[in-house]
Amino acid sequence: MSAIDFGAPLPRPRMDLTPALTPLIVAAIAFPFVGSVSTFVTLTAAGIAMGMMIFVMASGLTLAFGMMDVLNFGHGAFISLGAYIATLALLPLGLWWQADSLALNVGALIVALAAAAVVCGAFGFVFERLIIVPVYGQHLKQILVTIGGSIVIEQLLYALFGPDQIPITPPAAFHGSFLVGDATIEKYRVFAAIVGLLVFAGQMLVLNRTKIGLLIRAGVENREMVEALGYRIDRLFVGVFMASAALAGLGGVLWGLYRGQVHASMGGELLVLVFIVIIIGGLGSVGGCFTGAILVALIANYAGFLAPKLALVSNILLMVVVLLWRPRGLYPLSGR
Amino acid sequence: MMILSGDAPRGWALRGVLIVVTLALALAPFLFPGAKALNVAEKICIYALLAASYDVLLGYTGIVSFAHVMFFGVGSYGVALALYGLGPGWGAIGLGVVAGLVVSLALALAIGLFSLRVQSIFFAMVTLAVAYAFNVLASQLSWLTGGEDGRSFQVPSVLRPGFNLVDGEVFGFAITGRTLSYYLVFACCVALFLVLLRVVNSPFGRVLQAIRENPFRAEALGYRIVFHRTLATCIAAAGATAAGALNALWLHYTGPDTALSFSIQIDVLVVVVIGGMGSLYGSIAGAALFVVAENYLQALMGKLSAGAADLGLPLLPGLLHPDRWLLWLGLMFILAIYFAPTGIVGKLRASDDAAR
Repeated sequence: MSAIDFGAPLPRPRMDLTPALTPLIVAAIAFPFVGSVSTFVTLTAAGIAMGMMIFVMASGLTLAFGMMDVLNFGHGAFISLGAYIATLALLPLGLWWQADSLALNVGALIVALAAAAVVCGAFGFVFERLIIVPVYGQHLKQILVTIGGSIVIEQLLYALFGPDQIPITPPAAFHGSFLVGDATIEKYRVFAAIVGLLVFAGQMLVLNRTKIGLLIRAGVENREMVEALGYRIDRLFVGVFMASAALAGLGGVLWGLYRGQVHASMGGELLVLVFIVIIIGGLGSVGGCFTGAILVALIANYAGFLAPKLALVSNILLMVVVLLWRPRGLYPLSGR
Repeated sequence: MMILSGDAPRGWALRGVLIVVTLALALAPFLFPGAKALNVAEKICIYALLAASYDVLLGYTGIVSFAHVMFFGVGSYGVALALYGLGPGWGAIGLGVVAGLVVSLALALAIGLFSLRVQSIFFAMVTLAVAYAFNVLASQLSWLTGGEDGRSFQVPSVLRPGFNLVDGEVFGFAITGRTLSYYLVFACCVALFLVLLRVVNSPFGRVLQAIRENPFRAEALGYRIVFHRTLATCIAAAGATAAGALNALWLHYTGPDTALSFSIQIDVLVVVVIGGMGSLYGSIAGAALFVVAENYLQALMGKLSAGAADLGLPLLPGLLHPDRWLLWLGLMFILAIYFAPTGIVGKLRASDDAAR
């Protein structure tokens, strides 16, 4: 009998809940200004769906940054790539897409999402090996070289798919909206929000409940120590980077279907939003990224309704306010 | 060598290239008559200045900004709005330049103080976001900026194409307002380039390089990093603003595409990296190569693309399409970062050192 139980888990750090509550506070403040309940519900639902989609893209970037200390400015190119893969997957799946059956529609959508994730993951592997490996630990070169990579991928997309926008619509079952009282909630947005939540839950589970997740979290805290314990950190890196690229592709499909069109420049435009989200959330933090994405999307929706002109800069203002409050983001990683 | 601040380009190959480029630019209206050639020469001057000011940040201080074109745009819009609102006149130009500089410096100061305290990677992201928001604002506030259409305006009569400095011709060339405009741009670019050269070779410039090499050590030596980085940002912003103002005077027009487009930012990044980071001369060599390639390589690519299409090759026509020239530039850019981090300037110096 020993007095100390060596198998007991470490005491958990206290969860800081204030930042997680900010979306609720924002919603509560916005409510009286919006006035009507149904409009408020519609806006909030739209905001949450948009936030989930942005989260899917941003979580990949923040994960890779937290783990590898690599900020991939080519993330936007992976977003576009994923969306294009979805348009390709549509070709063989056209019948399922149009079919009058929810199961077939969902199946087709899942196949499209999976295809985009797999292809982007594979691309991520090549990208990491060719482009990022030589510049580990050198921020300046990383930024430059990933910018170069994104230019090349974007131009290749133009060369392969042509310079025009490609229209793309969700499967038949996801057209139209649900009516909740007077509020309308688009069906596709519900689906996107569910996918986003699943991704979040999956990430949380993997990071907190599995060996891989343990290693990743350990690598975020102290890379050398993980290596010293005999784990091949470079394999872990390439795995995380592939997951990051796959998440970008997944987010790209969701976003392309949401906007109804795919274009090679969409990734670059989204990258700005994604950066704002991960800065607000705290670089490297998945939970912060989740909160940040919802916050950004909610405010974008409320501002778009209440003061359209303000909506153009609402993200920047939000970022400034958050950083004045918490200079390292909502949930900063320890040790950085 | 006072005028070059004691930092004359080292190596005969590099000197030769720079002398040829500078002479070609100085005599461009006489060597290469024609509107297109003069436009190319003007763009080289503007890009050289823009890239040189960017290099103060990227090459000398080691921080990546994506808002450099925003400052270029501020200068452009400053002159455009002043001339549009007040009518053609030198006073309006002066007012526009001063207003542009004030706005640019305020923005640079705010961004710098706000985001340079943390990691430099943070600065890159914040500048990207701010530049994007600024671009959206400029194209949405159409009552002020003319929106997507931009603003066309009149310049003072001396700079208009219809103006003739002397009746008849000088050595067989008409000295028009266009020629005078070109020399205004050229002279200002040369002067500002020399000022930037002075800045990077001053003790202040040495501190910037120290910060680039080892921020901790620079701080330990007693230099305030945030102050130096922010001041470097402001100097670079002022250079970009001036370049924007000159470009607006040349084009008689300012719009989101010519003044704020993100593709200009990419262009400048490419010019600096291919020309050579950490040496202002690199921006001249890079700008000359880039602009000439942009204007003449595309024609070659068009021919190659058509040829590949005739042969029925797959993919190649798409890859060689003139609009895809950025693809090849992007590849060159990546290769330059890996294999020639000092760019053209570094290569030319190395070849000279090897020959010695």
